[in-house]
Amino acid sequence: MSALLPIVIEALAFRPCGAAVIDGLSATIATPGITAIVGPNGAGKSVTLRLLDGLLVPDGGSIRFGTRQAADVRRAMVFQRPALIRASVHDNVALALAAEGLARREAAARVGAALERVGLARRSREAARRLSGGEQQRLALARALVTEPELILLDEPTANLDPGATDVIEGIVAGLAQAGVKVILVSHNLGQVARLAGDVLVLAGGRAVEHGPARSVLTSPRTPEARAYLNGELPWTRFAAAS
Amino acid sequence: MRMLQALADAFAMIGALDRDVLSIVGLSLRVSLAAVALGCLVGLPAGALLAIARFPGRDAVVAALNALMGLPPVVVGLVIYLLLSRSGILGPLGLLFTPAAMILAQTVLVTPLIAALARGILEDSERELGEQLRSLRLSPWHRARTLLFDARFSLVVAVLAAFGRAVSEVGAVLVVGGNIAGSTRTMTTAISLETQKGDLPLALALGLVLMTLVLAVNLAAGLVRGHAMRAYG
Repeated sequence: MSALLPIVIEALAFRPCGAAVIDGLSATIATPGITAIVGPNGAGKSVTLRLLDGLLVPDGGSIRFGTRQAADVRRAMVFQRPALIRASVHDNVALALAAEGLARREAAARVGAALERVGLARRSREAARRLSGGEQQRLALARALVTEPELILLDEPTANLDPGATDVIEGIVAGLAQAGVKVILVSHNLGQVARLAGDVLVLAGGRAVEHGPARSVLTSPRTPEARAYLNGELPWTRFAAAS
Repeated sequence: MRMLQALADAFAMIGALDRDVLSIVGLSLRVSLAAVALGCLVGLPAGALLAIARFPGRDAVVAALNALMGLPPVVVGLVIYLLLSRSGILGPLGLLFTPAAMILAQTVLVTPLIAALARGILEDSERELGEQLRSLRLSPWHRARTLLFDARFSLVVAVLAAFGRAVSEVGAVLVVGGNIAGSTRTMTTAISLETQKGDLPLALALGLVLMTLVLAVNLAAGLVRGHAMRAYG
């Protein structure tokens, strides 16, 4: 199988109802491991993730995954709030395999392995919506993992979790990256970005304003937009106005 | 006094499991439950697909479906009568004045109701789960099935509303069934007829059974739904 990387985003545009949410975004994600996308609210981070997943169709520009056709890339997305159906933990994970038409035994084995990976194997018969917030997010991760993705897109997966649950999720995500899965993570938690990410893409106003190794972007950002965001300077809008 | 005596007689008929009462109640339940089952087979998938589909003219389809919830039963009865009458296109089936004709008429009445209520319930579910289901690359049909499954406890409301409409309507079954004793006489048509004849005990007995049935079904469904919601969140 040919390589997934580099992921080349070129002049990407997304303008629902005429308003530019993504406005000429270009970036090349060439390194394996975890890429973090950061930026202020409204910068277009979550929309970029949805465009990468194929949930949204861009109005302009392109996304290329190495030499692969986008449709052939096994992708999975985990949302900020896990959307779980009113069924058991097992059935929520099995739902992700529905499109694959696997034999029941094979599907059960894969679901079991995915739940094992996130530490929920013993809870498989419980009602999914009765789990705690952290457990629900681990379940959402298991549902993403069961499809054996090459690329996993995480949209603020720990935004609503306490430090303990966050730590567990971060451990799973780091393990995924070590296992060779490419991870793109949207996060406002800069500590988390520093702990996990190899490279950081900073977005502002629907465009990429800086992209580089995590350490250099986080400690010595080159652009004023990235510097202002990382230093927590407000109001952010002064840069938008200036540009 | 006459009223009280009629009420006492009605209770006595119910207590004695009067054959006429049982036969009429049995037929009413068979017709209405069959109509609701058929209505669910068509209405639930239709409502689910409409909840997830986005196409030009969708708003008009939704508005039309909502309007069909208020179909006048007697008009539905008339249309089914014309279709099933000897000169109608379904005339050769010989269904007029049979329970099958009554089931058909009630199915036409309840299907839009089930579809419209299901569409509303499932649209809420779609807002919550739709993006996730699309991200899992599920086909539209599979997404519709998943939404139906997820909202199964809420959809009980739609099914109950349909059952209530079917079991309590009189116009459609009267026109296509003919209110033939022992064959097509339902609780509502019998109540109407017996009241006109002055046989108040039978009318009241049937009325009491009808009310009790509707209340009991709603109560049972509410309990089951509450328990299931607590179990699954």
